[in-house]
Amino acid sequence: MTAHDYLSIVQAAFATVSMSLVSIVLGVPLGLGLALIRWSRLPLLNRATIVYVSIVRTCPSVTLALLIFFALPEVGISLDPVPAGILTLTLSTAAFNTEIWRSALMNFPRDQYDAALSFGMRRGLRLRRVVLPQIVRSSLPALVNEMTLQVKSTPAVAVLGIVEITRAAIRVGARTYQPLPPFIVALALYSIIVFAFVRTQRVIERRYARADAS
Amino acid sequence: MNGFNIVWQHRDMIIGGFENTLMIVALAAIGSFTLGALLTIPLMSRHRGVAGLATVYVDTMRCVPFLLFVYLIYFGLPSLGIQFDNWSSGVVALILYNTGYMAELLRAAWANLPKELIEAGHAFGFVGWGLFRRIILPPVLFSAIPLIGNQLIQIVKDSAFLTVIAVGELTHQATSLQTTYFVPFASFIAAVVLYWVTCVTIESTVGFANRFAEARR
Repeated sequence: MTAHDYLSIVQAAFATVSMSLVSIVLGVPLGLGLALIRWSRLPLLNRATIVYVSIVRTCPSVTLALLIFFALPEVGISLDPVPAGILTLTLSTAAFNTEIWRSALMNFPRDQYDAALSFGMRRGLRLRRVVLPQIVRSSLPALVNEMTLQVKSTPAVAVLGIVEITRAAIRVGARTYQPLPPFIVALALYSIIVFAFVRTQRVIERRYARADAS
Repeated sequence: MNGFNIVWQHRDMIIGGFENTLMIVALAAIGSFTLGALLTIPLMSRHRGVAGLATVYVDTMRCVPFLLFVYLIYFGLPSLGIQFDNWSSGVVALILYNTGYMAELLRAAWANLPKELIEAGHAFGFVGWGLFRRIILPPVLFSAIPLIGNQLIQIVKDSAFLTVIAVGELTHQATSLQTTYFVPFASFIAAVVLYWVTCVTIESTVGFANRFAEARR
């Protein structure tokens, strides 16, 4: 492997990281929105959300990516590989995040909600000032866990021709006829990314703990 | 709607892929569960070195994306002189990868086991393999049932990655149907529905098994 090969895999790591980040930034609030729909039992949307979560959670991300990339043009929406990849990742992470947010909402102590109600807080204010700060905290570990799984499912979009870590490593391996070294570099890069997420979670948790102590 | 007609006419392709997926998933589930249960023993070993080695294996599997691991098995093993055809290397990759996850979730269930249970086993003269099989494994399995169910669904989803090494499973068949007849929407929807049916079946079976386990406890 030459320096250029290493560089190409590291460059692909930026694609992996940025696609993961974009899909997380879009998918976490989307999941929260869907969880709130389920929590408030909005008549029709509740049903739709249940179906959406059930199907997307069980659908392999490769199949979802292929469906979005090849089938959407049939109904007149054609996407380039990168937006299609981001859409795939966002839709799938949102489904998992919905379940995480929902379980936090289910476990939220009812009395606090009622207390906020008795202070005459409006729905939006109750949500923003009482519910959200606490469920963000209680679902943080599960959300970060899902983010690391998300990083690991990014190679699924390689089937659309997007060059991310795995695909870059395969290219180098195919050119040099030595598949093992690039794979080990790729493995190291994934570990670093996953570790960064876990590390960030620890830092945030420590900050929460310090806020508690003071 | 025309697309669905074409898919229906060539349903044997999709069904063939579906059967293949089910076969692969069944083999991978049995294999990874057995190996995972065995790997739990060194994971829980009192010897630091043994436990450390097993932990390295588990942690590595948890860091590698499955797709990368498939390529590693498919392209990497031949350079060590071990050669498989596509289908077997796909199954081997699924088994080895999920063994790490199975071992980890069984380990967590084992660690939560009350100490008294094992001490009682010792008092009745159970040691080594007998202790593991008769005293430790049954309650561990019962409490890990929901997690094992989740892992089975993960295996179903991972099996779709095997399309990259041309294993003729469901996603691969859906792709070849769509490239031959250009019916992307219908063929992928068919695949998604079949995956969904599989996973819902697994979920409800696991739910049933869990109620049975609760009743026995």
